[in-house]
Amino acid sequence: MFDFLSEYDVLGAFWLTVQLTFFSAIGALIWGTILAGMRVSPVPLMRGFATAYINLMRNTPLTLIILACSLGLNQTLGMTLAGQNFEQQNYRLAILGFIAYTATFVCESIRSGINTVPVGQAEAARALGLGFTQVLGIVVLPQAFRSVIGPLTSVLIALTKNTTIASTIGVAEASLLMSEMIENESDKIFLVFAIFALGFVILTLPTGLILGWVAKKAAVKR
Amino acid sequence: MSAPSVLYDAPGPKAKARNVGYTIAFLAVLAAVLWWVLATMGEKGQLDWDKWSPFFTDARVWTTFILPGLQNTLIAAALSIVIALPIGALFGILRLSDHVFVRWPAATIVEFFRAVPVLILMFFANEFYFNFTDVDSEQRPLYAVVTGLVLYNGSVLAEVVRAGILSLPRGQTEAAQALGLRKTQTMTNVLLPQAVTAMLPAIVSQIVVIVKDTALGGAALGFAELLSRTRPISNNYGANTIATLVIVAVVYIVVNFIITSIASWLEQWSRQRKKGAGAVVPVTAVDDQATGPAV
Repeated sequence: MFDFLSEYDVLGAFWLTVQLTFFSAIGALIWGTILAGMRVSPVPLMRGFATAYINLMRNTPLTLIILACSLGLNQTLGMTLAGQNFEQQNYRLAILGFIAYTATFVCESIRSGINTVPVGQAEAARALGLGFTQVLGIVVLPQAFRSVIGPLTSVLIALTKNTTIASTIGVAEASLLMSEMIENESDKIFLVFAIFALGFVILTLPTGLILGWVAKKAAVKR
Repeated sequence: MSAPSVLYDAPGPKAKARNVGYTIAFLAVLAAVLWWVLATMGEKGQLDWDKWSPFFTDARVWTTFILPGLQNTLIAAALSIVIALPIGALFGILRLSDHVFVRWPAATIVEFFRAVPVLILMFFANEFYFNFTDVDSEQRPLYAVVTGLVLYNGSVLAEVVRAGILSLPRGQTEAAQALGLRKTQTMTNVLLPQAVTAMLPAIVSQIVVIVKDTALGGAALGFAELLSRTRPISNNYGANTIATLVIVAVVYIVVNFIITSIASWLEQWSRQRKKGAGAVVPVTAVDDQATGPAV
């Protein structure tokens, strides 16, 4: 019943999904934190830029962003991100697209985390004479991060599922393999679906459980 | 004098000067990025007027490609939300059942479809319709897209409904029980009508997610929605890929912005209604019940 599986590299495809998720998550966390910093900064231009960026990105389909990375940036404008071949380029472009999109959700989570830090913390920091970057970097953000692990976990799980969209520009991750398998093995479509669905459940369920536990441990008790 | 934010003091002369410095530096960075983008586009001929002019001078781009595409997007989104809402409400209520043998299967189904990517559901639905039904090949992508979106968003809405019902004060259930209402009556006459108002903003913002996800059907299944129209447009109007992508993105952003505005307006409305009503709430609640189906 499972013989046909030996013809396909299911584990390899899921490994690519994990890699896509990992690098996009790191990039989105960094870019999202920077955006959140801009969004609460004293400089009006930075605030305006971050707000506009977030509103535009959030209202655009991720599929369009990923396609624009491939069709627009790569094929029309010739941006290669130092990829040696077609596959490597599309892989990196997909990560770029995921970072650009996911960072907006990271930013909004962190901003709501900043709001959960009691006003007195920032006021005390300002009373000590700390500047904006010090207030944010030393006092507010470390506390905010501890309370946003929960929301960031949901963003990470959504990102894991969203990496399937990379298949639309030919990155050989799990969903691309599934679409190929489900066409070839048309008598086993339920089995193929079950395998891939289970794969994603295995990827997302422990992430949610472990990080949910971490979130509880890390939350600031007030 | 109150500061504009708790994170920084109201700027004095020195901070004002520094902020101007930051503004100029940031402007320079933005300008450099913009210049690089425009220069690359200019180099590849993507800034030429004839690449952009069809969208402003030729109505056929809109009538043959963009508007029919948008129509398909909206049809798929509308079908999905209309089918997903009752399914979501049903499963949300089943998850709150008193019986373990109802609660657990419902929870398993909801959690399963929430964990599986929409694209995988769409691929499966497409192949399922191909193998087991005689839906003709023209309609199949629409069926597959709607099925995938219904399965996923149905489970998301189930969670929304559950959260909405749980957010109501316990006194509502207790009062209904004290009046001798059955469990079904409590749910349909007391809890659901109130929960729906609390959930409306969340439901409307879920529509934005649905509209965005219809684009998957275009890219992966050949469903003729808005995003899939980019290729025919750039084929017909001289490889104006960038211009087409920008215009299509703008259409999406405008549509979603309208939906988001409705959602935040609804949120404000429901919050104000509660605030303004205050002591009047019980009266309207009684009124709702009097006009409800059970009476």
